[in-house]
Amino acid sequence: MEKFQTLRSGVVPLPIENVDTDQIIPARFLKATTREGFGANLFADWRYTADGQPKPDFVLNDARYQGHQILLAGKNFGCGSSREHAAWALYDAGFRVVISSYFADIFRGNALNTGLLPLQVSDEVLQGLFDVVAQDPQAALTVDLQEQTLTVPGWAEVIHFELDPYKKECLINGYDDIDFLISQEAAITAYEQQRSWVF
Amino acid sequence: MSSKTLFDKIWDAHVVREVAGGLTVFYIDRHLIHEVTSPQAFDELTARVLTLRRPEQIVATADHNVPTRHQDQPIQDPLSRSQVDKLTENCAKFGVELYGLGHQYQGIVHVIGPELGITQPGLTMVCGDSHTSTHGAFGTIAFGIGTSQVTQVMASQCLLLDKPKRMRITLDGDLRPGVTAKDLILYVISQLGTGGATGYFVEYAGSAIRSLSMEGRMTVCNMSIEMGARGGLIAPDATTFEYLKGRRFAPQGENWDRAVAHWQTLYSDEDAVFDAELQFDASAIQPMITYGTNPGMGIPLSANIPVLNGGSEATSFDKSLRYMGFQPGESLLGKQINYVFIGSCTNSRIEDLRTVAAYVRGKQKAAHVEAIIVPGSKQVEQQAIAEGLDKVLSDAGFELREPGCSACLAMNDDKIPAGAYCVSTSNRNFEGRQGPGARTLLASPLVAAITAVEGRLVDITQYLN
Repeated sequence: MEKFQTLRSGVVPLPIENVDTDQIIPARFLKATTREGFGANLFADWRYTADGQPKPDFVLNDARYQGHQILLAGKNFGCGSSREHAAWALYDAGFRVVISSYFADIFRGNALNTGLLPLQVSDEVLQGLFDVVAQDPQAALTVDLQEQTLTVPGWAEVIHFELDPYKKECLINGYDDIDFLISQEAAITAYEQQRSWVF
Repeated sequence: MSSKTLFDKIWDAHVVREVAGGLTVFYIDRHLIHEVTSPQAFDELTARVLTLRRPEQIVATADHNVPTRHQDQPIQDPLSRSQVDKLTENCAKFGVELYGLGHQYQGIVHVIGPELGITQPGLTMVCGDSHTSTHGAFGTIAFGIGTSQVTQVMASQCLLLDKPKRMRITLDGDLRPGVTAKDLILYVISQLGTGGATGYFVEYAGSAIRSLSMEGRMTVCNMSIEMGARGGLIAPDATTFEYLKGRRFAPQGENWDRAVAHWQTLYSDEDAVFDAELQFDASAIQPMITYGTNPGMGIPLSANIPVLNGGSEATSFDKSLRYMGFQPGESLLGKQINYVFIGSCTNSRIEDLRTVAAYVRGKQKAAHVEAIIVPGSKQVEQQAIAEGLDKVLSDAGFELREPGCSACLAMNDDKIPAGAYCVSTSNRNFEGRQGPGARTLLASPLVAAITAVEGRLVDITQYLN
């Protein structure tokens, strides 16, 4: 996993609530056996017509937001299917941060395991961010993971965000849970030996 | 000893150790895998020169993208074939038991676990699939995970988790005629919304839950994820033990008695405290249907679509109704339906097929309706044939297919055309879920069967015998 420390980037606004992982990456694109290449089909049914032409009214096809690495989405982002391919698709398409007022549990975990930061803010801050981007599509936000801050142009105060301290260290250093779990081998074996209630 | 919830009892028994920051190294007893979310996990193991820690605790099947016709022949779609072949190769290489296409135990992963007795009370189970919550019907902590976590369980038999909060949803009262487990859970989700239980593990309790069969309890727990819950579970009881007894991997002989003695300790203590408690009158619940593009958008079949007055949800609500081709405030009764899908890990068990067959016996589906029934497993299929249900269904114009996830997520050829309405017994009505542009209305197998015969949505209470 790649390290994440700070990011300064423009935003792609998607003011839709309850965006499910079937929209992020439709099931018919899950037939690949590797992790790469899902970005081309990110939001495929919102982004392309049935014959594969870009839909001009979808935000990912809007020239003003090209290259922006922060996705700003309505509440309950990533609900539905557990497919980690949703996080891979966002990452593969260049996103490094998703901001919402809350995330579905499985998506949040998948994002963190992919190196994609799920940054949770209040409903009021989320609405404020949509307003900022509506006024200036090029507004660049700064995410500082070490400090757990989000800096917004024109706002007097930085926004503090919460993140599990272990997960924060993992992202900053590019570690994942496997190394840690493997290191727990002795404890896991001891646990298995004392169980008397498995039949 | 202090009082504990059912969830706490099972959770505490699986804590390997707690680590700094409130995370737990959490032990997983059973791991189910399938062709779609496992190939990258096996590759990751190989890349890191790791192996499976407990291959005997893993069971594999092919379900998500398999065809539901001609399963005895090679899969036509090259990408689907390659993914299923990869599963077969990986299982052979790593020593995992595989119930692949053609095997007598093949089927939807959440159907075969319970019917083989792999799912048992008090255990922890995971699968790279959000509907793993199904297994909670047995008093099991079961939840869906992403592919990175699949790799973690493969390598260590553990996950690093923060403990979810506990919610209890109590449903008391006798169900009205025509109201089923599917209606109960669609009602609950309509009350909480699609994110209303995010962060929680839900225990379902109350007389309405107790009175359900295991199939019904599985339907309820299956859809826990649709309100954002990490999982759902129900305390095991005599119904649970009766279902499990004699199944292929259930404990046998003396072990059975020891197991039941342990399982009888698995309930929430009387004064156990939950982080959230909700109560509903089950006797007031009516047959349900969804009208929108998430499972929280459900109403009684005979009610009108709500009208929303502004708020942050308005944009998403309007988008949803535009997609579905419905107007706020209108009734769904009388809407013509062209497709009926009976299947998925929510409603493809033998009891579901019996319900449909009992209603359609001697009747005919409407001429304009295409009605397919996809059994959850080979065992369900064989049981249906043994009971003569296949004949009843085909006489009524329904097509009985071979097992798989099928049109629930349309990874295979079983797709609903763009713009068409499908009454589906599955679990998700997301945009495009059943094929690009498909419009899904979630309902019970009984509602689906009546809709297929009538060819339009009707107040089913007028059609019950």
